[in-house]
Amino acid sequence: MLTPETRPTFATLLDAAALQASHADAPVISFIATGADPIQVSRTQFQERVRGYAAGLTRLGVAVGDLVIIAHTQNLESIYAFWGAMYMGAIPSMFPTLTEKLDPRTYMHNMNELVARSGVRLIFTSDDFAPVMARTANCPVIGATELAGLAEDVGQDELQPHLAHPEAIAFLQHSSGTTGLQKGVALSHGAVLNQLASYAEAIALREDDVIVSWLPLYHDMGLIAGFMQPLVQGIPLILMSPFDWVKHPALLFRAIHEHGGTLTWLPNFAYNHLARRVRQRDMAGVRLDSMRMFINCSEPVRHDSHQLFLQRFKDAGVREEMLAVSYAMAENTFAVTQTLPGHPPHLDVVDRRELEGKQLAIPIPPGPRAATLVSCGPTITHTQAQVLDDHGQVLPERLVGEIAIRSNCMLRGYYKRPDLNPFRDGWYLTGDMGYMAEGELYIVGRKKDLIINAGKNIYPQDIEAIVNTVPGVHPGRAVVFGVPDEREGTELIVVVAEVDTTDPQKRKEIAKAIRQAVAQNSTVTASYVKLVGRKWLIKTSSGKIARAANRAKWLAEQGYGPSVNAGAAGKGDGRSSQEK
Amino acid sequence: MPNLDESIVREKIRTYITHELIRDPDYDLADDEEIITEGLMDSFSLADFAVFVEQEFDVYIPDPDLTVDKMDTLNQMVDRVLRG
Repeated sequence: MLTPETRPTFATLLDAAALQASHADAPVISFIATGADPIQVSRTQFQERVRGYAAGLTRLGVAVGDLVIIAHTQNLESIYAFWGAMYMGAIPSMFPTLTEKLDPRTYMHNMNELVARSGVRLIFTSDDFAPVMARTANCPVIGATELAGLAEDVGQDELQPHLAHPEAIAFLQHSSGTTGLQKGVALSHGAVLNQLASYAEAIALREDDVIVSWLPLYHDMGLIAGFMQPLVQGIPLILMSPFDWVKHPALLFRAIHEHGGTLTWLPNFAYNHLARRVRQRDMAGVRLDSMRMFINCSEPVRHDSHQLFLQRFKDAGVREEMLAVSYAMAENTFAVTQTLPGHPPHLDVVDRRELEGKQLAIPIPPGPRAATLVSCGPTITHTQAQVLDDHGQVLPERLVGEIAIRSNCMLRGYYKRPDLNPFRDGWYLTGDMGYMAEGELYIVGRKKDLIINAGKNIYPQDIEAIVNTVPGVHPGRAVVFGVPDEREGTELIVVVAEVDTTDPQKRKEIAKAIRQAVAQNSTVTASYVKLVGRKWLIKTSSGKIARAANRAKWLAEQGYGPSVNAGAAGKGDGRSSQEK
Repeated sequence: MPNLDESIVREKIRTYITHELIRDPDYDLADDEEIITEGLMDSFSLADFAVFVEQEFDVYIPDPDLTVDKMDTLNQMVDRVLRG
């Protein structure tokens, strides 16, 4: 196995266990889907397919160092294309696929931005969407069946794995954002191996672990924890599609029960989704005792979500010590911290007013003045974190500041963006606000306006730009913000837009058009749409829309006073503090 | 299997969708409006709908029937619940 001790025996990701000749029958992936039989892939089959897809890409003219975008359904074909690209020395990157819901013009506009900025050599997608995308894409597009055909009849010796330099870029992870201006986080083979080694140690990974994942592979948590880790380590992966799982949440638990799952990663909202939406009948006979850890990652962790999950599933075998937390980001490949296996995360009960007003985390007894924060654990081996004030000075424990990190698994840079330097004196500034206490990291909020909705990072200005195009809305007079929702365990998206018309029917049509426009042009749904008259929105002295002030006004009109708002957030992460 | 009255089922589901999922009680939801593909609610809501139907009507809709294709309109939802 790959650990910090064995790390020198691995040169590149092509040393992955799944690509080794030994244990030819060992399972690599079981792909499961609602209403279909599982598809089991052994090492021999995996290697054949990866070699085939590598040959297919070569036959299409893809060369070493070319960027290949995989914007396909989450299935085995996209996995073979990803590994096939790495096998022949190209640089793959997973992307969300076009869906029936999305407006293809917006999607392709964004994709062409990426093609222009990053020099995409080829886009791989589903048969359904390949012709749609090919019409407007500024680079070749290939559908699943065509590439599968080119991947056939590959001789055993036709293609040898590319001998990449350990510091060469292995793949890109595209970070947050709904526009085509997303940054490609370029990760080297060495950095990814370093992360996998340190993270394996942090979760005490074992050869008999079984990883179960519904997470999207275009997200760092899905790609690294729920995909690279098992394939590189030679641990079975039970994989499903996120689109399938959100509609059928019990699929995850059936997979754990049937395959003896031990590890899974979940954004915070998923604890609520599972606790509220797995039906009684779906749990009949389903046991979760095999699990070692449910790891909460990629959005602010709420203690009440953990408790809800624990109460609902304790009879099925979930125990408190299975609840774990990791703080992670694509720029560090994945994990920065991890709580200790076999122990529930530490809780820090602090004075909410001191936290929000003075940026101080002062422990107090539980009570109405207290905010309960969930620890993200200590940093993993070879990753360091420090908390900085506005002048870049390191703060002592229990003082809130911006989190900066340094590690041996950092990005090389943003792909083809030499103008962007992600580092300051060797440290990466995360934009997240938090504090250290007893050597563990606590996240309090964010420096910039950013909504994390169901694990997806959404910039409010991207959604505002969409709302501003809706006829009837005063251009430039719309505001978008997130509100923490206890029921859903995540931030929900609120749109407030100024309109002139007072006709109720016309207002309903505009509200509906806003919901449609957001759905078709982004990956999220607007949970609340409020239309208001002119001059409702509060602007700053410089004429910009004041997002935090409008958020407070909306909350007040909904009947939430400031204390209720702080209380709602304080139950989880206290994240409202940075917006005050 | 209780005998369900279509108009009662329809209005209960309509109220549930406008109040709980669209979060706009004044919303005029048409019977054939494409609720998910038109962006009024996301596909997470299908799982929520399944729980509501189990609790409200004691009807269990198996996972393969909980798809956007089969549950995009109020008409489709009502028909599926009435089939039990």
